Amino acid sequence: MKWPASSVRSQRQPGFVAAIIHRLSGLALTIFLPAHFLALGTALSGAGSFERFMNVTDNPVIKALEVGLVTSLAVHLACGVRILTIEFLSLRERTAVTVAVCFAFALACGLLFLLNVQIGAS
Amino acid sequence: MNPSLFVAQRITAFVLAFAVTIHLATILYAAQRGLTAGHILQRTHGNVAFFALYVIFVIAASIHAPIGLRAILREWLGWWGRRVDVSLVAFAAVLLTLGLRAAFAVFVA
Repeated sequence: MKWPASSVRSQRQPGFVAAIIHRLSGLALTIFLPAHFLALGTALSGAGSFERFMNVTDNPVIKALEVGLVTSLAVHLACGVRILTIEFLSLRERTAVTVAVCFAFALACGLLFLLNVQIGAS
Repeated sequence: MNPSLFVAQRITAFVLAFAVTIHLATILYAAQRGLTAGHILQRTHGNVAFFALYVIFVIAASIHAPIGLRAILREWLGWWGRRVDVSLVAFAAVLLTLGLRAAFAVFVA
């Protein structure tokens, strides 16, 4: 299927990219939430069972997933605040700049989490 | 999107903007000390402020996430109708139940 030139152009716009990232990060968080709640719920059986669960998750693959989730949470927050600001404060924005700030904020949160996890582990 | 769902989505987004900011800051701070069960429970056990925050967080997320998922299912997969809506209400109830249970668990543990 051949996309019309105007459609391809609009898909390369920063606002479109931000909308897709916002949706995908929201989807990732929605899938993760029940598992997160179940994990925290293990504390009901006592601190020991919660500790055992946390020990199981203490491996590089889970840590990498956690970095992804923190980044997803941060990007969903930033893109969401951008939408609320546009809709309720009627601000005219420079889309490319604000979207870049949203992504930079998310990346910084992910990297800060990774750094802090390394500090916490050492 | 249905107007009442749109309003619910935006109100919960506003609540979540504050709750997620606090949660994210807590995660980043807590990771520095090591993400162990002991450290997490030390912070949450008997802490009424954290418990209240997470109850509000869970209620808002249980409304916000299914509405967002509904838009994705409708626009990307073409899934819509009563069955989808009933499934999403059930999903919201599961999120709410598990979330409140989790908030209670780390409060009393």
